[in-house]
This record gives sequence, structure tokens and C-alpha cells, in this order.
Amino acid sequence: MKQPADFGFSEEDALLRDSAARFFADNLPVDKLHALVASESDSDKSRQTCWQPQLWRQMVELGWTMLAVPESAGGMGMRAVAVAGLCEEAGKAAFPSPLLATINATYVLAACEEPAATKALEDIVNGAAASLALHDEQGREANAVSVDNGKLNGTACFVQDAQKVEYFLVRAAGGLYWVAADAVGVTVQPDAVIDLTRDQGQVSFAGVEAARVSDNADAVVQQAMPAIWTMVSADMVGAGEWQLQTTVEYTKTRQQFDRPLGFFQAIKHPLVNVMIEIDKSKSLVYNAACAIDSEPDNAQQFAHMAKACASDMARFASSRSVQFHGGIGFTWECFVHLYFKRQMHNQALWGDGAWHRAQLAEVLIGTAA
Amino acid sequence: MTLTKSKDSREQAEFRQHCRVWLRNNPYPETDMRLPPSAMEIQKPEHMRYLQGWQKAAYDAGLVGCDYPVAVGGGGRSNCQHIANAEMHAAKTPFLPNVIGLGMALPTVFYHASDQLKERLLPKLLSGEEIWCQGFSEPGAGSDLASVQTFAEHRGDKWVINGHKVWTSLAHFAEWMILLLRTDKAHKYDGLSYFVVPIRAALGKGVTVRPLIKITGETGFNEVIFEDLEIDDSYRLDEVGKGWQVAMTTLLHERGGGELLEPKSGGKIQKKQGVDGLRSGASALIDLARNSARGGKTAADDPLIRDRIVQEIIHEAGSRQNRRRARAPRLIEHPTRIPLQHKLLVTEIPQNIAQLATEIAGVGGSLGIADANAPEGGRWSMDYMASFGGTIAAGTNEIQRNILGERVLGLPKTK
Repeated sequence: MKQPADFGFSEEDALLRDSAARFFADNLPVDKLHALVASESDSDKSRQTCWQPQLWRQMVELGWTMLAVPESAGGMGMRAVAVAGLCEEAGKAAFPSPLLATINATYVLAACEEPAATKALEDIVNGAAASLALHDEQGREANAVSVDNGKLNGTACFVQDAQKVEYFLVRAAGGLYWVAADAVGVTVQPDAVIDLTRDQGQVSFAGVEAARVSDNADAVVQQAMPAIWTMVSADMVGAGEWQLQTTVEYTKTRQQFDRPLGFFQAIKHPLVNVMIEIDKSKSLVYNAACAIDSEPDNAQQFAHMAKACASDMARFASSRSVQFHGGIGFTWECFVHLYFKRQMHNQALWGDGAWHRAQLAEVLIGTAA
Repeated sequence: MTLTKSKDSREQAEFRQHCRVWLRNNPYPETDMRLPPSAMEIQKPEHMRYLQGWQKAAYDAGLVGCDYPVAVGGGGRSNCQHIANAEMHAAKTPFLPNVIGLGMALPTVFYHASDQLKERLLPKLLSGEEIWCQGFSEPGAGSDLASVQTFAEHRGDKWVINGHKVWTSLAHFAEWMILLLRTDKAHKYDGLSYFVVPIRAALGKGVTVRPLIKITGETGFNEVIFEDLEIDDSYRLDEVGKGWQVAMTTLLHERGGGELLEPKSGGKIQKKQGVDGLRSGASALIDLARNSARGGKTAADDPLIRDRIVQEIIHEAGSRQNRRRARAPRLIEHPTRIPLQHKLLVTEIPQNIAQLATEIAGVGGSLGIADANAPEGGRWSMDYMASFGGTIAAGTNEIQRNILGERVLGLPKTK
């Protein structure tokens, strides 16, 4: 299969993206976001989840959580490029919600191709938020949860937005299980996470009844991974653009030596370099998304490129955004820290740049002696 | 990865068919000569003659200047040059030698010269019968181009030119030069004017062309000295004092933004000469690494080398996908944001690749092209040195970053 030259990003996809941008800007501009998630600087309070469930309900009603759900399960079955457009805008707004977690769970469920998985997808269509519980305490994809007599026991770690979702998709004993968050025996221990715009936690299961949706977690998760890498990269691209534009505006107004900071090439050139890295990352994100839609054999390779490039971009854009805001950038009151922290979280999620490059080297160069 | 072609209009489809048939039926004779990698490195007259022969043939077949009006020697079509370019590229034709003519002089003359001058100059520019060069930089005016000091004094209906231009590619073959000079010493930008100058006719009569030797030991560009050269006022483009505005047309095309402007010139077509069947770009690093010893294994087994190779592969892919996205209007924020980055990416990524290759080659990277033991014929050390031509020429990359910061990000101007 071949990729369409224009990435297959349609007029309809652009309308969806633009309406999402308006929704985020109207409902949660950055000053309101800061008031919502950063009212407390005490790190003991960082386990709290700060979000607006009523805005999430609106997003669900707009159908954004069912974009990636196949039509066969009652969803909209939209292409990955459209979903990437939405994720880019959510990243630009650093929006606190279980959107990315639910989309990730959707891609894994869609890969299961089992009746039980279709039933789980219908829960998402009906408005439920969900999150993947795949990792152990060291962040490895491993069977941290066991299955005894059909019941789950154990603890999964680094579960995204664990306090916001209604379901977990749990890796246990080589299979995948769909578990209601309020089921008897499920407890969430929130992490003290750096990213104030998301929560994260350890989810423990003590003899929990669960529906098995796949026998082969490895294969199913691997199939969904290109989409998961691509969507978190889209979030980074959106957040990077906010960091760039916000820092550019600041350096146009802040005066030193009788000139705006942005006059000086020590400021101007690195900001241009940030833009260059954002643009490469964005192009690679849509290339990967388009491959998921039209060229699945290359999706893994292209998604490695997107996540590697976007992770390094995020680190660079973040460091420049704080540095070029000077003293104020070092404070809690300056908004740049919200994005700095979300980007740190994004970089670490689902493999950082060096890890993705190592995987790509396996594909392109072969295994090292 | 293959991209599906966007739909041709009826006129475009017919023209594409014409190009294919003509290219299939009229292959340009092969040559045993080892041609340089691009027009900018042409040194030998027999190379130039061979390539001029090709440009004339392509022009006569309607593949060059397709989108320019018939009155100035063009094909009178619209939106067809990119088709001819793609078909010539696919047919692996030789490159067109008159690159400065097509890429810079053509749009500048077309937008700023009198009809009479256009009709005189453009047909032979398009056919390649008259080669063009560019007189912009001077020993004292590089990045700060508007400080040029070459001066034209108005005497009656004539201008008398004195000055010194440098880095003038193709001047040793050129019939014509586009020339930015000063007509007023009191005003920096408004004191500039722009001329076309028949330099070939004036050799030894007020014009001296001398080769400059590059860091690689090759020639290819020149310095040009003007001593009391008298030329007619009819060779002036636009008004006296408007030279800077005219130069902006030239630079827009030179620096990449012009690719998006119409009519397209067809000056970008260059055949990539594969060196002895070796891969080009970052993929070539993989082959080199497999053949280079390092720490008892090969460089392809070294995790740091692997990481750096993959970084370059990702940058190349990003640059390629940028060019694709620049044509997808729903996925771009600002019309010139990607086009203006093009010059940086296409000069810096190959520079980093060549530099990394010299490291992968180990101590063998110390050998130059004259040494039979040099890895891959010494091409990487040569490429690395030559790559600085790209990052310095056509406005240094530092100037290009100023332009991006100011025009795209809206940061305060440096000048």
C-alpha cells in the first residue's frame, strides 16, 4: 500500500483539529490551567488529581474518545492522522484528561479482534475512559499481575491517569484483561508525579474478577505500539509549539540593554533551532500516522523515528523555554513549568529517544555483534 | 516509500506524456568523461560543452522554461516545469549546466527587466547557449551584502564600473553576469543598483576573471575585477537606487523560498552521480560502518556509532517529510516556515553525515582522494570539506537563521 502525498489529512480532519483547538482555548486557557493544576506547590500534594470532569464529559459527547474505535464496534473508525491532529491540540493545551490514555487503550483493544474486546470498545463508545496497565515497578512490559483461578492478583505500575478512568486494560499472565476501576479488590495508589497536568499511579488487584480480551498480550500490544508512540509524539509536537510561541512572545517584549531579548542572536538562533526540530518531528508524526493508515508494514519504523525525534525536540524546547524566560522562568508562577513537566513525562513514556534509536538500529543495521 | 502522484490537469497530463515520449526517443549520448557532481564544479570546457548540448536539446524539446511566455523564449504553459523536472530526473538525464541563469538570473530578469532586454537575454539563457554568473559578494561584503562597494559612476548615457567581486561560480564560462553594485555612497540600501553585464565580451577590456582555489584544492569559482568597465544604461534592471529590491528577487530564489513562486525555472535539476554504486546519504553510513574495523569488531557493532547513524537517518527522513508536508496546506502553520528551513537542512545534514563518516572510517579517514587506500575513494573527507560551501554560500546559515527568526517567528530585526 502507498501513502497519499498529502498524508490523507482531510478537510474534515482539519475541522476536527481546529474545533478541538477552540474548545481547549475557550475552556482552559493557560492561566486557568495553572490555577487548576498548580494552585499547590507543595510536592506532598502532587498525588492529587486536578482536572475538570465536566469538560471531559463534553469531550466524550463530542465523540472524541470514539474517533479511533472501529466502526464495527460502534465507533467512528477515523484514521490515525485525524487522531494525531486531536492529540497535537491536546498537547498544545497541556490539557488534563484521560484522552491519550483512552486512545492508547482503544488501539490495543482494536488489535485484539476478539468479541470480548469488542464489548470493551463498546464501553468506550458509551463514554468510559480507560488506561493501559502493562508495566511493572521498573517500567518493563511484564506480567506484574498474575491470574489465579480466573482472578487477578498483583500490582501494575506507571498507569496513566489512573484516578480519572473507569476501566483498566491489564496485562496478566500473557493475556489482556478488562477490569472496571471500581471493581471489588482494585486499589489505586497515586504516584507523586512531576507532570501536574496528568496523574499516574500503581494499580493493585487482589482477587479481582476480570474479562479476558486477549490471550496474546505480546502480539496485540506490539501491533498497537506504532499508534501509541505516534500519539504521544503528537502531544509533544503540540506542547513544543506552545513552548516555542510563548517563548518567542516573551523575548519580543522583555527588554535588556535597551533591546528586546529576541534581537540577540544568542536567543534568536536557538529559537529557530527549536522550530526546526518541531517541524521535523511534526512531519515524522504525520508520516507515521499515515503509515498506520496506509502502509502498516512500515508503521513501526516510522513511529520509532517520530518518537525519537519528538522526544529530543521536547527536551530541547523545554530547556530553552525555561532558560530564555530567565529568572521568572525559574519560578512556580511562570506557566512554562507546566509544559516543561508534561514534556519530561512525555519523553519518558513508551521509550525515550535513545531507546527508539536503538530499536531502529536493529531494524536498519541489524543486531550488533 | 512511494507517494501517489497528485492528479495532473489535462494540459499537464499531455505535457507529461510529451516529456516521456521525447525523453525515451531522444536519449542524450553517454559520455566517458567523469563529470563533476553539479554545475557549480564544472571546470573543463569539454564538460561544459557536453552539458550545454544537453540543455539545448532539452530546451528545443520544450522541457526548459516551459512556464515562461513564448515572447521571451519560454513554452507558454502553466504549472508544467515541475513535470518536466520530474520526468528528466526519472529519465536520469545529465544536469542542466546554466544553474545560476535558470535559478537566479531568469526570475530576476523576468520580473525586473524591460521587454526588449528580456527578449534579447532569456531565449539564450533558457537554451544554455549563454551561461550566467552572479556578482554579489565582495571581499568586504559577505553576510552584510548591502555594504557592497563596487561602484558605477554615471557618465552621460553610460556607467563606468570599478570594483571587485568574489566567489563567482561559472564566471570562467559566463557570457553574462547579474551584478549588484553601488551608485550612491551616501545611502546604504537605497544607494544600490542592479545591472546585467556582458562580461565575456569585456574580458581584457575592463574585466578580469581569476580562479580561486577551494579548501578541497579544486577550482570552480572565481574573483572578478572591474577596472573602468563602461556599459550602456540599457543594461540596468529597474530604477537607479532599487538594486536591493531587485536583489531580493534573486535571493528569494537562491535560498529556496522561490521554489514556490511561479513561473518555475527548471534550474534545480541535477543528476546525482552515484559514486561507484555506493549508496548516498545516511544509509551509506551503514555500509561504511560494516566495512570499518573498530575495537575488535566493526563500527556497525558500536552502540554509539549506531546511535549517531540512526540520528542522521531520522534527520534525513524529517527533512524529506518536511518537503512533503510543505505541499499539504492543511498541515502547515505559515507559508514560508518550511521552505525557508530547506537551505539549513539540505546543507547541515549532509555536512554532519560526511563528518560522521570520516570518524567511522577511523584512521583511514586521514587519507585523501589521491590515496589508493582511502576508504570509499576518500569521498567522505572530500565531501566534508566541500560541505562548508553549502553552509556558507547563498547567505550563510547564520543569516538564514536570522531570516527565519525575523520573518517566521517575528523576532526583532538584527539590521
